[in-house]
Amino acid sequence: MGNKQTIFTDEQLDAYQDCTFFTRKEILRLHGRYHELAPHLVPMDYTNEPECKIPLALIVDMPELKENPFRNRIVESFSEDGAGNLSFNEFVDMFSVLSETAPRELKAIYAFKIYDFNVDNYLCKEDLEKTLNKLTKEELTSEEVELVCEKTIDEADLDGDNKLSYSDFENMITRAPDFLSTFHIRI
Amino acid sequence: MSEGEMARLMEEVEEKKKLIANIRTKPWRMQRRLVVLKEAQEFVDKFEGALGKGKGRKWYAYKVMMMKKWIKFQRDFENFRTACIPWERKIKEVESHFGSSVASYFIFLRWMYGMNLVLFGLTFGLVVIPEVLMGLPYGSIPRKTVPRAEQDTAQDYSVLMDFNGYCKYSVLFYGYYNDQRTVGLLKFRLPLSYLMVGIGSFGYSLMLVIRTMAKNADVGGGDGEEGEFTFAWKMFTSWDYLIGNSETADNKYASITTSFKESIVDEQENQKDENIHLRRFLRVLANFLITCSLGGSGYLIYFVVKRSQEFANRTDLSWYEKNELEIIMSLLGLVCPPLFETIAELEDYHPRIALKWQLGRIFALFLGNLYTFLFALFDEVNTKLEEEESIKNASIWALKEYYANYSRMFNDTDTTPPPMNPADVIRGPCWETAVGIEFVKLTVSDIQVSYLTILIMDFARAVIVRFLNYCWCWDLEAGFPSYGEFDISGNVLGLVFNQGMIWMGAFYAPGLVGINVLRLLSSMYYQCWAVMATNVPHERVFKASKSNNFYMGLLLLILFLSLLPVVYTIMSLPPSFDCGPFSGKNKMYDVVMETIDLDLPAFMGTLFSYAANPGLIIPAVLLAIYYLNSTSEAYQNSNMELKKKMQMVSREGIFSIETPEMRSDPGWMIR
Repeated sequence: MGNKQTIFTDEQLDAYQDCTFFTRKEILRLHGRYHELAPHLVPMDYTNEPECKIPLALIVDMPELKENPFRNRIVESFSEDGAGNLSFNEFVDMFSVLSETAPRELKAIYAFKIYDFNVDNYLCKEDLEKTLNKLTKEELTSEEVELVCEKTIDEADLDGDNKLSYSDFENMITRAPDFLSTFHIRI
Repeated sequence: MSEGEMARLMEEVEEKKKLIANIRTKPWRMQRRLVVLKEAQEFVDKFEGALGKGKGRKWYAYKVMMMKKWIKFQRDFENFRTACIPWERKIKEVESHFGSSVASYFIFLRWMYGMNLVLFGLTFGLVVIPEVLMGLPYGSIPRKTVPRAEQDTAQDYSVLMDFNGYCKYSVLFYGYYNDQRTVGLLKFRLPLSYLMVGIGSFGYSLMLVIRTMAKNADVGGGDGEEGEFTFAWKMFTSWDYLIGNSETADNKYASITTSFKESIVDEQENQKDENIHLRRFLRVLANFLITCSLGGSGYLIYFVVKRSQEFANRTDLSWYEKNELEIIMSLLGLVCPPLFETIAELEDYHPRIALKWQLGRIFALFLGNLYTFLFALFDEVNTKLEEEESIKNASIWALKEYYANYSRMFNDTDTTPPPMNPADVIRGPCWETAVGIEFVKLTVSDIQVSYLTILIMDFARAVIVRFLNYCWCWDLEAGFPSYGEFDISGNVLGLVFNQGMIWMGAFYAPGLVGINVLRLLSSMYYQCWAVMATNVPHERVFKASKSNNFYMGLLLLILFLSLLPVVYTIMSLPPSFDCGPFSGKNKMYDVVMETIDLDLPAFMGTLFSYAANPGLIIPAVLLAIYYLNSTSEAYQNSNMELKKKMQMVSREGIFSIETPEMRSDPGWMIR
């Protein structure tokens, strides 16, 4: 079906199709979007797998991420260096996990990483406070913030250590009826 | 290689294949996935070759090659399929401005469009095209010709708008089709095809709806009790990641803040001891009022249908009188839901519960209206059937008279006179076409009303608010009337009921499906434009969770209810004697019997007559139901067990989805 493109070899495209939830056309389109972000940095020819990363500041400017309060955390969680610089592989990975067809378990893992601001593998009180402030643009008073974070830990913490481990989080999020429909970015 | 080694190798190869199939669900870095994928593929390639030695080598190699070709074909087909999905950009735009709940309506609309397109293809390809290409042309037989009396007005615009005149005697309606058993060179069995397409449409729709419901059932998530994780869910699932527009984002921040404040207030305050008796009384009063209005609307429709029957005998009707039935039905569908909402203010329920009540009431309204309409229609059908008897006699008598006149005029009793001009033959009332016309008129008026509503209630309102705001005393944009919000539930219910009418009417008017396809297509563009240009995002955002399957369930129910009248028609009502593909038969399903007798070999006939025995079918169906019920119970039980196990395991503080990689490499999360 139309082998006119020279950006990837066929084996590369097949491998991407196996490793993500995207079809061939979508992967080529993603490459177009990636190239658009930094046309001078990103080569059009990926057949010899160039090492090129786009910095955080350019990625969070994308229209799909611009309005998201967690955009920095999202990009950081998918970057290898933790600072938000994404190679094309990581870029594709990010949108694949956030796509409609990704399963609940996979999304839960990355949701946990996103909300874990201090990257210590637990959602502690500070992480929850930061999340809440981002969600409400700091409109709540500090007593209200305190109350909400306490209630959240109360509800979800199963092992009683006053912070949410991954299993606590997963147990809570898999029951949420809105999780799959809200944790979704269409590209 | 020994047998044991071979078996172990085969197992490893199978494992690697499974890994390749599931690699996209592993939470690894992309680089790692690509590397592991390459390794696994190389392993499989290398050892599949080795396993190919020994007995059955050629067969194994062949199997492997076919599997590879099949995977490639599936991949290409998947690519092609996703490329064909229309309106992806449009829906994304709506999503980024309004969030996922409004966009879900457009996704539903697109799904409906796909289903109707398939139904249209079936009807058009298997019924309309054969009749047009291989059947007799217009004007050759009585059923295909406009009667002499109507010929003067047959081309008038007003007559055509009523679907009389040339419209009535065209492929759009049941009455046009000829009852010849086979047509054309290919010996295409048109009456059989008509019946099969009618039943097949229902079968296809049923299959599609159930399949979609099964797919959606997974999205709903497990059953958490209401209120178990209120704050946690609010914190982690309230932000809609699809939002890409700054105004919408601001709205969302505001609504999230409000929602948190409300939950905090609920949590801090004890509910005041309200007057329970007053509340109960108000709720009973509200329900009473609503039942009254439902009854009132049902009676109004019955009354209007009776009146339209009287009108059918007169010819001097104003436009209103001709379309009274359709106008009243559409207006009721427009006026009653807001009425219900206002009355429901008395009840003082939580918004989510109030929404459920509202949806239930609107459903009851539409259902009642539809069925009253149907009953009144079938009253009319029975009258027409009685009329038929007398007309049958009258037409035979007229034919005899025509022959007598002819032989008298030419003084010749030997030559056979030419057949009477089709326009002069006395026609029967053809009740199926009449029913088809009613459904088409109803659909068309529904379309007109809904488009006008959007134009007036949304567009005109937005224009007025925007431009009159400069010279008005109070702020029109913030206060009354402000811009409209997109009414999701109203629109989805409208779509569902429209589909019900199409299902019911398609048997009597094959052109109706085509009209619906055009309607859905134009609706998509029109409503997308309207929502982007004139609506604002909802202030209060809460969703009736699992609402996707709720609407699908509604669609399923409507499908069954639309099936009933059609099945009743096929099984019990005698078809008209002079129009349609079943004319001259006792019952419509006689076509099937005829085909079995004449076309299929003899033993199949006896087989069918045995299999069609109700004494055989009923136990078989009951058995199937019992079996499916018990397997589903078994699955539910094992599901429960697994859930309990997971809860137990997580409470003991062990990772619930630990894999060997995770255990050996504790830093996997941070990497």
